[in-house]
Amino acid sequence: MEFFIGHYNYWIVIILMMVGLYTVISRGNLVKKIIGLNIFQVSVFFLYISLGTVKGGAAPIITEGVKVYSNPLPHVLILTAIVVGVATTALALALVVRIKESYGTIEEDEIHNLDHSL
Amino acid sequence: MIDIVIDITLLAFLAITSVAIVRMTNLFAIVMLFGIFSLLSAGLFVVMDAPDVAFTEAAVGAGISTVLMLATLALVKRPQKPYYGEAPQSHRAWLPLIVVAVTGSALVYGTWDIPGFGAPDAPAQSHVARYYIENTMQETGVPNIVTAVLASYRGFDTLGEVTVIFTAAVAVLLLIGGKRSKPAVKTNKKGEQDEA
Repeated sequence: MEFFIGHYNYWIVIILMMVGLYTVISRGNLVKKIIGLNIFQVSVFFLYISLGTVKGGAAPIITEGVKVYSNPLPHVLILTAIVVGVATTALALALVVRIKESYGTIEEDEIHNLDHSL
Repeated sequence: MIDIVIDITLLAFLAITSVAIVRMTNLFAIVMLFGIFSLLSAGLFVVMDAPDVAFTEAAVGAGISTVLMLATLALVKRPQKPYYGEAPQSHRAWLPLIVVAVTGSALVYGTWDIPGFGAPDAPAQSHVARYYIENTMQETGVPNIVTAVLASYRGFDTLGEVTVIFTAAVAVLLLIGGKRSKPAVKTNKKGEQDEA
């Protein structure tokens, strides 16, 4: 039971990661692919934050009488990653809008058909 | 104890939401579910003692991301046919499943050696993190360690982050902003057929 609780977070992280990966490689709709990438990304956030959590620890804000804090460094990294992630998502969505304008579709197989590339 | 129960429940919700996102075919519903997914993540970050990350995820992940995706859906004006739920014919249905299963099992095997969730003696807790917890108050006078690291110790990294966002903003503006001649885009599509 202790092993289960100790590793449950990581297993869910892996499930989310694989769901994201599966969406990216098996779904043809470009918006859905981007959402899959985002799910993958959030799972990595959870991996980092889980690794930084300390049992009985408080949030890393210095307070009188608190001895144990969670690890602040993963929080800093992930804070940066979330903001950069939105920037890349915005860029990806802009590309989708351009693809729609040029090809008239956002389905991967239809784009391949128009390009005669498959 | 209650922490653990909330943690397990929210993570289970998260997994269910993600599976629902994969199985759905209505893009609008998918985007809304993704907003819920982000909000659940923000709640989980609070449970895991990361309030700064939770604020950012709630504002940026659940807020701005969802708005950007809805704006994209409005611009794309997707056709209503729900056929994008199916895999493209070029892909076999079982191939992605096998890839995902193999990768997932390898990763689960890798978790066997990770120290348990919240272990105070884990390697991640015993090196440089301790320095920041002990010295941030004297060196910067900022009680919030995350803020102190972000804006003081690692200020140049944050400047680099701003550069990344600026680059992305410029790229988005170049792609879809400004005046684009609509006919040019159309002839591009038609011209291809004419040439062929």
